[in-house]
Amino acid sequence: MKNNWYKILAVVALAYVMVWGFIGVIPRQPVLHETARNLYFHVPMWFSMFAMLGMSVWNSVQYLRNPLLDLDTKAAEYANTGILFGIVGILTGSIWARYTWGDWWTSDVKLNGAAIGLLIYFAYIILRGSFRDEQQRARISAIYNIFAVALLIPLLIILPRMTDSLHPGSGGNPGFKPMDTEHTMRIVFYPACIGWICLGFWITDLKLRFRKIEQRFQNI
Amino acid sequence: MLKEIKALIDKEIRLELRQKYALNGMILYVVSTVYVCYLSFRLKSNQIDKVTWNTLFWIILLFTATNAIAKSFTQERFGRLLYYYTLANPVAIIISKILYNTLLMLVLALVGFGVYAVVMGNPVGDIGMYLISIILGAIGFASSLTMVAGIASKGENNATLMAILSFPIIIPMLIMLLKISKNALDGLDRGSSLDEILTLLAIDAIVLVLSVILFPYLWRS
Repeated sequence: MKNNWYKILAVVALAYVMVWGFIGVIPRQPVLHETARNLYFHVPMWFSMFAMLGMSVWNSVQYLRNPLLDLDTKAAEYANTGILFGIVGILTGSIWARYTWGDWWTSDVKLNGAAIGLLIYFAYIILRGSFRDEQQRARISAIYNIFAVALLIPLLIILPRMTDSLHPGSGGNPGFKPMDTEHTMRIVFYPACIGWICLGFWITDLKLRFRKIEQRFQNI
Repeated sequence: MLKEIKALIDKEIRLELRQKYALNGMILYVVSTVYVCYLSFRLKSNQIDKVTWNTLFWIILLFTATNAIAKSFTQERFGRLLYYYTLANPVAIIISKILYNTLLMLVLALVGFGVYAVVMGNPVGDIGMYLISIILGAIGFASSLTMVAGIASKGENNATLMAILSFPIIIPMLIMLLKISKNALDGLDRGSSLDEILTLLAIDAIVLVLSVILFPYLWRS
């Protein structure tokens, strides 16, 4: 029970988001209308992705300090979950863009940054696949993971702030906070972030346990 | 440390001059790529718009860089790498490789630019600034690709690996370079590129520091 609190938190928070996210009151805005509810789904995807990738890099750093294969498995599984959240983030964003900007995909810094970020992590998976030796795979993919993340930071955080963007929350385009004077969105948005991040940890935990069972079977 | 780096760069240059076919091969690679582009576009000079001219040039440089730098760890035999391992400090090795690759990229980029400007026409407004952007590009490409080449050389199928690992990583750098060179192309005031140059130098600094920190781990395997 002590180790499962975040699972309960995920279920409770997400159930609340699913219900209140759809029936709650939101500020009326031109163009956006009801699509603003995507804030509860699209934005937390990216926060969760950053959380998962952050955990992945943290495990990679730990692996280089202390080469235990367990840490490498963790790094890989966190990266996988991060990619999953990234893909869902792009899909939810794409649907939203179709109804507000009129197109599935536009050439915007934030969109391009997200796509390139995913490319980097696909490359990470392929790199992992190209080694037979476990120790070597672990070490070299850890090195690439750290190297890639350090270069992802200018791409995802610095570049979007230097250019104009259609995307809410950057390039002079306001996020949700100035509109949300009644705090009706905030009370759903923050639990949504916590809930989705906890769900990410849960998925990773399940996959790690699955991997452990798989390894035990192979040893028999 | 400095002596070690100097000796290692000396070794790289000697090795390169001893196998001249490799260096000549890379120069020929740039020249023939430029020529393929020239013929594919079937141009008389100045009929292509500036943005295309600029982008094409940087794409040629990017491919040249990945090809040239990919071999910086595969060229020497495993046994010899082991021998260096016993002699030199890994930090000295990565720094010397980066410096040497920068030098190599500078030669290739300048030769490439020369040929490109001759056959495709030269619409550049501010040549000095454009050369600066090429120099910055050579440094940036060399520093980030050297580390990636080290990573890719350990895996199987390393030509593909080199491309998929390096292209997404190099994009922030490429965007900055395209902006700087576009400003130079239009002959804008030099101050207008200052932001981009600073960002580029910052990215270079990140890459250098990371290479120095991470290479010793890579070396050990």
